[in-house]
Amino acid sequence: MPAFVSIRNLRKSYGTFEALRGIDLEIEKGEVVCVVGPSGSGKSTLIRCINRLESFSKESEIRVDDIAVVPGRTLAKVRAEVGMVFQSFNLFPHLTVRENVMLAPRRVRGTSRADAASQADRLLARVGISEQADKYPEYLSGGQQQRVAIARALAMEPQVMLFDEPTSALDPEMVGEVLDVMRDLAGTGVTMIVVTHEMGFAAQVADRVIFMDGGEVIETGPPGQVLSAPREPRTKNFLSAVLNH
Amino acid sequence: MDIFDTFLNAEVFLRTWPLLIQGLWVTVQLGAASIVAGLVLGLIVSMIRLYGPVPLRLLARLYIDIFRSIPLLVLLIIVYYALPFVGLRLSPFASAMTALTLVSGAYTAEIFRAGIEAIPGGQFEASAALGLSHRQTMVDVILPQAVKIVIPPLTNNSINVVKDTALASVVAMPDLLKQATQAQALAANPTPLIGAAVIYIAVLWPLVALVSRMERRFGARSR
Repeated sequence: MPAFVSIRNLRKSYGTFEALRGIDLEIEKGEVVCVVGPSGSGKSTLIRCINRLESFSKESEIRVDDIAVVPGRTLAKVRAEVGMVFQSFNLFPHLTVRENVMLAPRRVRGTSRADAASQADRLLARVGISEQADKYPEYLSGGQQQRVAIARALAMEPQVMLFDEPTSALDPEMVGEVLDVMRDLAGTGVTMIVVTHEMGFAAQVADRVIFMDGGEVIETGPPGQVLSAPREPRTKNFLSAVLNH
Repeated sequence: MDIFDTFLNAEVFLRTWPLLIQGLWVTVQLGAASIVAGLVLGLIVSMIRLYGPVPLRLLARLYIDIFRSIPLLVLLIIVYYALPFVGLRLSPFASAMTALTLVSGAYTAEIFRAGIEAIPGGQFEASAALGLSHRQTMVDVILPQAVKIVIPPLTNNSINVVKDTALASVVAMPDLLKQATQAQALAANPTPLIGAAVIYIAVLWPLVALVSRMERRFGARSR
C-alpha cells in the first residue's frame, strides 16, 4: 500500500528563487510529523503545496490517499480530506464561532443545519470553547480563535491535518492551550503535519521530525535522534541557535 | 418686487407644487431603476474584471475606463439622438436609464472590485482549504464581508445617480428639474426652481447623513 501522503520531487520557484528543490517525502496514516527549520527554509511552502494553496512544478507529484493533487475537479475532493490551520487563524469575521465551524460541512458535504450545529457544538466542546459559540471571532483571544480554527478544520472530518506555524502569532501565555488541543488530537490517530518552532512540542508529540533548510530536507528521523543527536552540521547549528537563546 | 416675491413666492409655489411632485416621482423612478440596474451590471462586470478569462477581463476594464471618462450629458445625447440613426430608438425614460445605468455600472464595478480586494487573502485561502468552490467562497465568505465595505461608497454613488437624473431633462424627460423649469416659464417666476432645489436636498440629505453614519460605524468596527 502506498503512503497516505506521498510527495515526489517537489519543486517550486518564485522567478529565479528556488523555494523547494526536489523534496521526497512519504507520510503514513496516523503519523505525526513536525517540520522544523529556519525561516525561509521552505517548510510553510511545503505544506501549502499539499492542498495546493501553492502551485508547484509540473515534474513534481503529490498524492493524498492516492488522489493526485492537480488543479480541477479532484482538487476540491483532496481539500475536503485535508484540514488546514493557519498562523493567522483566518476565521470568518462575519460569522459566529459556531457558524464558522458549520459552514464547510453545510456547503461542501450538504449536512443539514441541525446536524452541522450539533457537530459544531461537539467540536467546540472538544477544543474547550463551548461558551463562546455564539460570539463573533473578534471577541475571542488569539488562543481561542486558533482553537476555533482547529474545530473548523476538524468539522470536515479530514484524513490529514496541516498546521502552518499555528502558535507563531500567539501571545506566549496562549501557546500552551493550542498545543494542548493539538496534543489531544495527535492521540486520536489523525495524520498531522505540523510546521512549528515549538521544539518541546515536536520532541514530545512527533513520530518523526523533518529538518529543512534552503528548500531541502536535510535530516529526518525520530525526534530523539534529530533534535537530541543531529548528524548534519546545519541541523546542529539551527538547534543550538534555537535552544540557546 | 422684492427678493421674496421673486424667489420665494408662496402663491406661485402652491400653484406649481403638484407639477413638482409629479417631477419628483419621475426622478425617483428613474433614479431607483438606474441604481438597481447599475448595481447588477456593476457586480457582474466586477466579477468578470477580477476572475474572468483574460480577453473578457480586458474588455471589462475598457468598459469601466470609458464610461467613467465620458460626461454623462454627452452619453445621454448620443443614446437619445444618435442611436436612432442606427435604428435604435429609445423612449426618453429608456434613454436616460440606459445612460445612467452604463455610467453607474462602471463606478459600481470599481467599488465592488475595491471591496473584494480589501478582503485579506487569508479568507480566500481558508475557504479553499475547506474545499469551498469559488462560487461558494464568493457567496458565503467574501461578498458578505465586502458588502460592509462597499455600502458607504455605493450609497454615495446612488446619490450621484439621483442628482444626475436632472440631466435627463435634456431628452424631454418630465423629471423634477424639467417640471421646475417649465413651471418657472409658466409662472414667469423662479420660485419653482427654488422649490425643486429644496426637494432635491430634502430627498438626498438623509442619504448623505446615512453615509456619514455608516462610515463612522463600520470604521469603528473594523479596528
